[in-house]
Amino acid sequence: MPIAIGDRAPDFELPATDGERHRLASGRPPATVIYWTCNHCPYALAWHQRMLEAARDYAERGVRVLAINSNDAERYPADSLEAMAERVESEGGWPHPYLHDQTQEVAAAWGAERTPDVYVLDSDLRLRYRGAPDADYDDPSQRAAWLRDALDAVLEGRQPERPETEPVGCTIKWR
Amino acid sequence: MLREALEEAGLDPDSIEVREIDTEESAEREEFVGSPTIRVDGRDVQPPVDGEPTGLACRVYRRRDGRTSPLPDPEDLRDALRPAAAR
Repeated sequence: MPIAIGDRAPDFELPATDGERHRLASGRPPATVIYWTCNHCPYALAWHQRMLEAARDYAERGVRVLAINSNDAERYPADSLEAMAERVESEGGWPHPYLHDQTQEVAAAWGAERTPDVYVLDSDLRLRYRGAPDADYDDPSQRAAWLRDALDAVLEGRQPERPETEPVGCTIKWR
Repeated sequence: MLREALEEAGLDPDSIEVREIDTEESAEREEFVGSPTIRVDGRDVQPPVDGEPTGLACRVYRRRDGRTSPLPDPEDLRDALRPAAAR
């Protein structure tokens, strides 16, 4: 059952391509973005630069961003932790950690469905936005506007005007 | 998108044959590298590179402007339909 707007997000601790383990409930950022992505989904790839740009822009305001790949790496070797690390290195580094959910337990606990699937949490780790980065994977000028709107609202202590949108992308590749 | 391209080329949109590939075995047998795969008279509108793995996945297309997309570039689709339209 997916977490609902207002719910406190389930904690997790996962390994990342940087060799570290990252826990959700650590530090106290004013907002946190968790998004599911992967190495080969064309929708995730189409939105990729927009997600990185948003992460860079909002890092200045203390926003923490974590990307998670929960795809079955046995059937899709391009989604192994090694392949993820190679990708990050080949792209010159990402502005946020790229986590591997090998058991898929985190995706299941959150009800994540697609890549990308974006979650915005407030400072209490309560869900304030869930959905797509913006209205059109094929239009870079949208600049992840729905994500940015949600972050602006959370940082200003408001509820996002559009708390939920339909995630658009490939389904997570379950075992 | 495909129906529009067929209409634009003067071809019958109802001539589209949709085939579901739902097992890894059938993907390998059909040399299916991802969904959607569009073939015109058996030829892929954007032929996969040598060694591209078959499987049940979303397909990554490269647009002419270099962007990645889940759908082929409309120009590639038009080019692929042109020989059929000329017959």
